[in-house]
Amino acid sequence: MAKHRRLRQNISAAFYRHGLLCASYPVPIILFTSVSILTCCYPLLKLPLPGTGPVEFTTGAKDYSVPSHEPQGDLGERPDWYQGPPVAYIQQVLVKAAVSPWDSSLVPVDVFRSPLGRVFSLLEEIRNHVYTDRSLETLCLQVTELLPGLRRMQSILPEHGCLLVSPGNYWQNRRDLFDSDPDILKTVHQHEPKGIHTSATLKDLLFGVPGKNTGVSLYSRKRVVTYTITIALSSYDARFVASLRARLKQLHPSVNCTLREDHMVHVHFKEEIGIAELIPLVTTYIILFAYIYFSTRKIDMVKSKWGLALAAVVTVLSSLLMSVGLCTLFGLTPTLNGGSIFPYLVVVIGLENVLVLTKSVVSTPVDLEVKLRIAQGLSSESWSIMKNMATELVIILIGYFTLVPAIQEFCLFAVVGLVSDFFLQMFFFTTVLSIDIRRMELADLNRRLPAEAGMPPPPKPGPLRPREAPPPPRPSPHTITLQAPAFRNLRLPKRLRVVYFLARTRLAQRIIMVGTVIWIGILVYTDPAGLRTYLAAQVSEQSPLGEAGLPPHLGVAPVFPGGDPTSTLSVLPAPEPTPLPENQSQGHGASRPGGAPLTSPQISWGSEDEEVWRRLSFRYWPSLFSYYNITLAKRYISILPVIPVTLHLNPQEAIEMRHPQDTQHAPRSSAKTTDLQTDLTLYKVAALGLFAGVVLVLLLFCLYRVLCPRNYGQNGVQHGRRRRGDLPCDEYGYSPPVSEISPLLLRGHSMDIECLASDGMLLASCCLAGQIRVWDAQTGDCLTVIPNNGLRRSSSSGCWEHRDGWDSLTPTCEPDALMGTESRAPVFVDTDEYNEPPLRRRVTPSRPTLFGDQPDLTPLIDTNFGELPPSHTTVGFGFDFGGLVEKAYKEHEASPTMHFTAPTPPVTPAPPQRRRSLGDPPVAPPERINVSPGEWDSSVWSLELRGNLIAAGRSSGKLELWDAVEGTLRCCNEDGSSGITALAFLNNRIVAARLNGSLDFFTVDINKPLGLLQYRGPPGRASLPSSPCYSSEDVISCQLTRSVQCAHQKPITVLRAAAGRVVTGSQDHTVRVYRLEDSCCLFTLQGHSGGITAIYIDQTMVLASGGQDGAICLWDVLTGSRVSHVYGHRGDVTSLVCTNSCVISSGLDDLICIWDRSTGIKLYSIQQEVGCGSSLGVISDSLLVTGGHGCVSFWDLNYGDLLQTVYLGQNSEGQHVRQLLVLDNAAIVCDFGSELSLVYVPSVLEKLD
Amino acid sequence: MPQLEDRCWSCSCSPGMKSKGFPPASRAREAMSAVAGAVSQAVCSLRRLHSAGLVRRGVVLFAVGVFLALVLYLLQIKRNVVLFPEEVLDTLLSSSWWIPLSCGTAAAVVGLLYPCLDSHLGEPHKFKREWASVMRCIAVFVGINHASAKLDFANNMQLSLTLAALSLGLWWTFDRSRSGFGLGLTTALLATLIAQLLVYNGIYQYTSPEVRSVRSWLPCIFFSGGVTVGNIGRQLAMGSAEKPHSD
Repeated sequence: MAKHRRLRQNISAAFYRHGLLCASYPVPIILFTSVSILTCCYPLLKLPLPGTGPVEFTTGAKDYSVPSHEPQGDLGERPDWYQGPPVAYIQQVLVKAAVSPWDSSLVPVDVFRSPLGRVFSLLEEIRNHVYTDRSLETLCLQVTELLPGLRRMQSILPEHGCLLVSPGNYWQNRRDLFDSDPDILKTVHQHEPKGIHTSATLKDLLFGVPGKNTGVSLYSRKRVVTYTITIALSSYDARFVASLRARLKQLHPSVNCTLREDHMVHVHFKEEIGIAELIPLVTTYIILFAYIYFSTRKIDMVKSKWGLALAAVVTVLSSLLMSVGLCTLFGLTPTLNGGSIFPYLVVVIGLENVLVLTKSVVSTPVDLEVKLRIAQGLSSESWSIMKNMATELVIILIGYFTLVPAIQEFCLFAVVGLVSDFFLQMFFFTTVLSIDIRRMELADLNRRLPAEAGMPPPPKPGPLRPREAPPPPRPSPHTITLQAPAFRNLRLPKRLRVVYFLARTRLAQRIIMVGTVIWIGILVYTDPAGLRTYLAAQVSEQSPLGEAGLPPHLGVAPVFPGGDPTSTLSVLPAPEPTPLPENQSQGHGASRPGGAPLTSPQISWGSEDEEVWRRLSFRYWPSLFSYYNITLAKRYISILPVIPVTLHLNPQEAIEMRHPQDTQHAPRSSAKTTDLQTDLTLYKVAALGLFAGVVLVLLLFCLYRVLCPRNYGQNGVQHGRRRRGDLPCDEYGYSPPVSEISPLLLRGHSMDIECLASDGMLLASCCLAGQIRVWDAQTGDCLTVIPNNGLRRSSSSGCWEHRDGWDSLTPTCEPDALMGTESRAPVFVDTDEYNEPPLRRRVTPSRPTLFGDQPDLTPLIDTNFGELPPSHTTVGFGFDFGGLVEKAYKEHEASPTMHFTAPTPPVTPAPPQRRRSLGDPPVAPPERINVSPGEWDSSVWSLELRGNLIAAGRSSGKLELWDAVEGTLRCCNEDGSSGITALAFLNNRIVAARLNGSLDFFTVDINKPLGLLQYRGPPGRASLPSSPCYSSEDVISCQLTRSVQCAHQKPITVLRAAAGRVVTGSQDHTVRVYRLEDSCCLFTLQGHSGGITAIYIDQTMVLASGGQDGAICLWDVLTGSRVSHVYGHRGDVTSLVCTNSCVISSGLDDLICIWDRSTGIKLYSIQQEVGCGSSLGVISDSLLVTGGHGCVSFWDLNYGDLLQTVYLGQNSEGQHVRQLLVLDNAAIVCDFGSELSLVYVPSVLEKLD
Repeated sequence: MPQLEDRCWSCSCSPGMKSKGFPPASRAREAMSAVAGAVSQAVCSLRRLHSAGLVRRGVVLFAVGVFLALVLYLLQIKRNVVLFPEEVLDTLLSSSWWIPLSCGTAAAVVGLLYPCLDSHLGEPHKFKREWASVMRCIAVFVGINHASAKLDFANNMQLSLTLAALSLGLWWTFDRSRSGFGLGLTTALLATLIAQLLVYNGIYQYTSPEVRSVRSWLPCIFFSGGVTVGNIGRQLAMGSAEKPHSD
């Protein structure tokens, strides 16, 4: 065990050092890796390119011997494949036959009937040829039966015997069948496939020359019939072949033939990939790309996702290339088909390590140096990487022992690939990652600077701007960036964003174009019958030394000195006088080009006849052999020099051989019909092409309509992806009526609003000046104004002051004025004393104030009430006290108090750009303390609202309970002296967190004076308990039940309560969970490496916390264990909200991140404007609200799409929405400078009801 | 090479078969529906909850099954024939049209069964639950098929041992759950049984009389196929429960 641990430590240390090294010297290391990749790939240059045609190799025919199987190193020119015997030796007999002299009495059929007839005698001759004791039967390639799918060719192609192919096969090599055939052309053409055929046709196969060169046509001008007799020999007997050649030449001498006879061409065929093999291949590649896509999608939190994904792919690919190169270098020639095993190799090697590495490095603390981050990330994953690699090696080793050669080879490749992949990801990818992270930090710094300097306000947008086309292309499909507000209300589908990106860069087209051009160029250049040969011939023609420079084994070397091999077809100005047959005159040759009917055909032999098969499709040989189930893939055939045979037939012979029907279809006006026919064909082709084009266009149009059924450019058209019911607000989200969402501005505060609290019906706000206002959340009316003690403006304020002083005497019992639901008249306060007429308009509110089950409220307030019924204990003395207090209050009404102090200077204003959210109070309290440490009155630091009671926590440590409607102080508690940084009001308990880290639990007792247990109104929702109502007769007392002195070592920054739990977060990096009933500390949760800045807990006991380290932790409240831990933000996490499926967090980096709750995977992030990051709310499970520059934006949580932006005011520029509160009735309250804004989301409201 | 032909199976159910009044396709479907019936009780509770999602997943799995069946069929075809693709495609489309369909049905059943079994056993599959892993799994599955079709083995024992090791490796790499193993095994046994029944009844035929080699690799292929399809099914089920964000 100790050894194991030591090994682990050693590995970790080694990786740490390696990470430091990589991050320190990125450029040299990248250079080094590039050089090593190139070195290892160098042997690949020797491998042939895929996709080129067959390869040829020419040897001399004289001293030919069958190449041995063992490769001999000294033969430099000899290609690798030239080993062992060929599949077959091909001996072709090229026959050129003509009826001469041409007679005007002959019909066109005579051009080919008698010449073709001679094939049978030739065949007979060849078959019966015997040299010493060898006949053709012993030497030729014996074939068995045809493939089962080729039954229709059974009668034509030879079976069970020699592979001997000639035009005679059309008539089963029988002369009598030929003679009785009335229409030769029909016989020949009946097997031709209809339509376009790229492969060799049967006519090509049998004739052995291209169809147009055969001369078997009624309209042939040349009147020379050309065909070959092809013999496939299984073994090569030079003497037999020579004797056959001599015999044929003797029988049919070709006088002017100068064909070379000393070269043997060996043709090696590549693997043919047919459609049946292509489909699995393509499938594996598609799977491969899907795998790469899904893998690289997980790369996150880096500067350039695409760059890193590219680096990952490059790592894997070049490791594969390296492995192939290394294997080639060490003499292990790949016999496997590289293209088909490649995807499997990639999948075996995998991208996992790279992703693990990235994730590990990214999740290191951001404040560290890049070097250290890389090193830490590497070392933390070192063990798992090594373990995985060892496992894979072991698996491959097992595979090696299967003793199947192919699998062994695969395993060998995979091992080398794995090792080189490891090398690359250690050196190449790590370095790229370090560069990327460094870039990210730099970019981050650059981005931050203007933010702190204060950005100039963006141009003022209209209050409600309709959506505008054309949208700006988003810079990256992964981060939704909010740009200028004018563009904010655009909702751009993701597909469109990708399309825009592609359209802007035209990346794909360019890459494809360049690739295609290069590919074609290479193909053309390397093709044996292609450009290179042509160029060489050209060069040889032009330069006087060309012939000498030309390699002698080049297949199409010119035969005639200075003759152009490519142009011999056109004219034949024979450089030396061609000896003609005796019965021909010179004049015939001269008049031949004119096509005069009486011209006698002239048989000429050119260099193009030397290798007739070159003019055929390169699939000629493979298809011929494939009929007999013999593959030529990766094998070669040897083609012996052709035997020329010249046949001259006299007209008499031709006439004798005529079939009776031949004369019938002998059109005299042949040329005319030809023209007509070609014309007709042309028209047909044109019409067909036109039709095909129209069909294609229609098809594409239909495809387009099917795939993109919506018009992107038009406003308000519903998105294709959405269906009804996906989203609670789907109608309004896409074509919102302008009037539907209009913010309601609540004015009245003179300074910026500091605290905001709501219980659904009422809304309490407190500004920096200390004034508390209570608003009706439904109508937006201001109900009550509770001015700050320091800002006395009327006698009534004095009364407040006074009463405060009095409060200090009797802290626990308070008179209780009450307001019932239906607004009883105020008892204490005269309306005239307010600077604003107090509104008593809460006549029949539509709903009673309920303690709702509100899991979605913003962090400012927590409205979660337990199911406990409110306690209505009646304490007798409290009631008595109520009257007393009432009296005292009246007495003191007019007298100024000695505690009156100068107006409290407003608390140091927060920086205008960045408001401190509740997440930040660790910074805030010290400032405030400096402002008014000793004053008896102080600013309100926290505010809570329940029922009619406002709980306000002051910086002096005083906890005040106010009646929300009456505006009267009900109760005051000054047990603590340290400022209350956070309050939670749940059921009848108030929890106050103080600056010194202590936590006080208060109980609010309500003493019913008249014993009436009054519930407010009919319950709006049957499932929820109706809220208790504090009537004016009640005496409310607030008692400190327990004070936990040292709850935290440092100031408590966040306090949340729900589900009977109180959760506190502090600057001492810990989160504590208390039980609300007995204030017992259940858990201390440790895991953050910075102060806690945000906590979320809801009724379902989901607890999430975010800290200054940018980390977000999810906890199990029942066990106190950490469920997940992610690093999400650069800087503090400012607020956190959970929905059923995801966690939404916002940070000081102005990024809103949406995480999957169960897996902790970041789904996506939204880039906010500077300073708006912390305002965040969730209306329903799929609707997110964020604040921005004078506006709020609604987002679709499922897709991260911006639904709508609502502008809050006319002069909204420069003002941020800094707090955002989602009310129970789907209204949103946001503070907005000194104003409050109430935004209803009506369609959501309908859905909720 | 001739061994490859052994493994290349073709269907003899010519149009004449259909006139016998007992079409092979229906028999194949009966066998499939027997499998489906055994689990319908387990499925029905789930179906009530999100039948729409179930149908969608089923359709996706069916498509995947059909596609994989076609691809694997093409993989089995001998190399030399490919110069005449029209014949190959003809035989593929005419004779054995019901094979991809039944494969698709089986894929849908197995793919829906896996997550259902998981939820009933109460042990949700959490091992490598991501699409990249699923893609890797499919690729390895195709690779196993490739190996079985294209490689020359010395004897059938070696072939089946290699394939069994590969299938177990597949299961260990991508699944590692007992339920997955059991279900894969059940699938393999059932499918082999059905295939054998079909062959013995003459509905379907291997091209070569040497059936043993086919028997030796068929269970392994079915096992790894079951695991693969189950992997896809689980991922789909997870995706429909918690919508994967395609950003």
